[in-house]
Amino acid sequence: MNSFKNKGEFLQPIISVKELNKTYNNNFIALENIELDIYKGEIFALLGPNGAGKTSLINIICGIVNPSSGTIHANGYDIVSDYLKARSEIGLVPQELATDTFETVLASVNFSRGLFGKRPNPELVEKILKQLSLWKKRHSRIMTLSGGMKRRVMIAKALSHEPTILFLDEPTAGVDVDLRKGMWEMVRELRENGVTIILTTHYIEEAEDMADRIGVINKGKIILVDDKNTLMQKLGKKQLKLHLQSSLSELPAGLEEFNLELTNDGIELIYTFDSQSKDTGIVILLRKLNEHGVYFKDLQSSESSLEDIFVNLVRNQS
Amino acid sequence: MNIYAIIAIFKFEMSRTRRTLMQSIASPVISTSLYFVVFGAAIGSRMGQIEGVSYGAFIIPGLIMLSILNESISNAAFGIYLPRFMGTIYELFSAPVSYIEIVIGYVGAAATKSLILSFLILITARFFVDYQVLHPVWMFCFLFLTAITFSLLGFIIGIWADGFEKLQIVPLMIITPLTFLGGSFYTIDMLPPIWQKITLLNPVLYLISGFRWSFYGISDVQVGTSLGMIMVFLVICLTLVWWIFKTGYRIKS
Ligand SMILES: Nc1ncnc2c1ncn2[C@@H]1O[C@H](COP(=O)(O)OP(=O)(O)O)[C@@H](O)[C@H]1O
Ligand SMILES: [Mg+2]
Repeated sequence: MNSFKNKGEFLQPIISVKELNKTYNNNFIALENIELDIYKGEIFALLGPNGAGKTSLINIICGIVNPSSGTIHANGYDIVSDYLKARSEIGLVPQELATDTFETVLASVNFSRGLFGKRPNPELVEKILKQLSLWKKRHSRIMTLSGGMKRRVMIAKALSHEPTILFLDEPTAGVDVDLRKGMWEMVRELRENGVTIILTTHYIEEAEDMADRIGVINKGKIILVDDKNTLMQKLGKKQLKLHLQSSLSELPAGLEEFNLELTNDGIELIYTFDSQSKDTGIVILLRKLNEHGVYFKDLQSSESSLEDIFVNLVRNQS
Repeated sequence: MNIYAIIAIFKFEMSRTRRTLMQSIASPVISTSLYFVVFGAAIGSRMGQIEGVSYGAFIIPGLIMLSILNESISNAAFGIYLPRFMGTIYELFSAPVSYIEIVIGYVGAAATKSLILSFLILITARFFVDYQVLHPVWMFCFLFLTAITFSLLGFIIGIWADGFEKLQIVPLMIITPLTFLGGSFYTIDMLPPIWQKITLLNPVLYLISGFRWSFYGISDVQVGTSLGMIMVFLVICLTLVWWIFKTGYRIKS
């Protein structure tokens, strides 16, 4: 399904971060010993609470913030010593909404394309603006646009120079739900065309939907990087919910070994178990419940979402 | 060389000028015209000639210098300060653009504006006084070097400034007084001897003197000295710009 899944050890990462540290001028340590590889063609989601260092990491890779130590390669080029070559393939949609307020949409987008050394290409720019529903506004000054439109102008600027690596730092912040969907469709389309995408988002469902791999960063350290599906399996908890025939006031004795919880005034019993373990314990639980005279009329199981996983991870670290 | 990037920056800056046509072109032309009316026509008619040049014509090079210094500085300063202020500068630093290309784009645009402006002032002056240009090539050289040098200075100020007031401070508090005291409206031998010595410390004197020589062949100091001084300023500004980019001063954290 995903092209990067065929990756073997032999595949060169398209972005490679090694021993990266960042200490800001005020001595604040924003990033500590970051090691990260990103592979060609994947969608990589960087998750972490506010202030974790996501933007710092992205800004360093893109050349906006200086690293304190460590090396980064993009497309095989060192981002410091070979910065012209490294940057020519990278597009960035930064977190902060910053636009050329007084310019028109079209002029601003053309400017970006020029800045990246590309000859004018009106057809491409038209296509991008249409895709982002900005074509009708192309002659409007950016200051007259709404926040969501400005965000899309920034995306258009980044796409205008045809990057093969695209960084999206919270691209959907402040964008309406339906427009958000459209944006993600576009991201998928870019991926189909071979663009590598690195994104951060506040909406974990978006990462869950979109990402091939997920990295979790907290307090300047990467605490985990994994395939999304593996991650959800590995860390995901499953729950079995039993709707009882009659409510219980407390759990019967002899069931202490199970992770059980009575909810909804004692009419529901929730059993949480590790989806990875070979023996889920369900069979024994059900038999024991039967022995104790606890009967149920219905049951359902659910898996924890990425959000639950994420909250757990960050909570455990602190 | 990323030619498209240079063109993009240049065009972007020039379109800013077009948007603010009143402020960037019309207002200096109008204020210079006022100088001609007041100093050239009204007062100048009561003044004798200075070394064979009518007073109205005598002040033209100084007035052009006054405009070109102020406009070069404020245009270049504003050009780079605005993206810093609005945050759009991220794009410049994430693009495959070298520092040299950035400087050529911004400083080139600011200097071009100044050159256009000085030609407009020259044309405007025609309506008020008769004047001649003895050494047009040298005149252009002086204009060009001055525009480049002071646009570089403006670029430096635009990076140093952390507020809009600071953008205005240098032109207003330093350049304008120095220009007025640098012989825009008089030759230095009209001054008492002690002031003649002090005036020699004013760098703008050398610019005006050399520039006036290219018009009328008269100068306060040797033309070679004027040229040398401009080159010194140019080198100082280039060194500062190089240092800014090397250290990332006020542009990268
Ligand atoms: N220029 C800066 N100077 C000092 N501290 C900074 C600077 N930029 C970011 N920080 C700090 O670094 C930490 C990480 O910030 P950031 O990378 O923006 O996190 P995130 O994007 O994950 O929310 C924050 O605590 C922030 O306050
Ligand atoms: Mg951030």
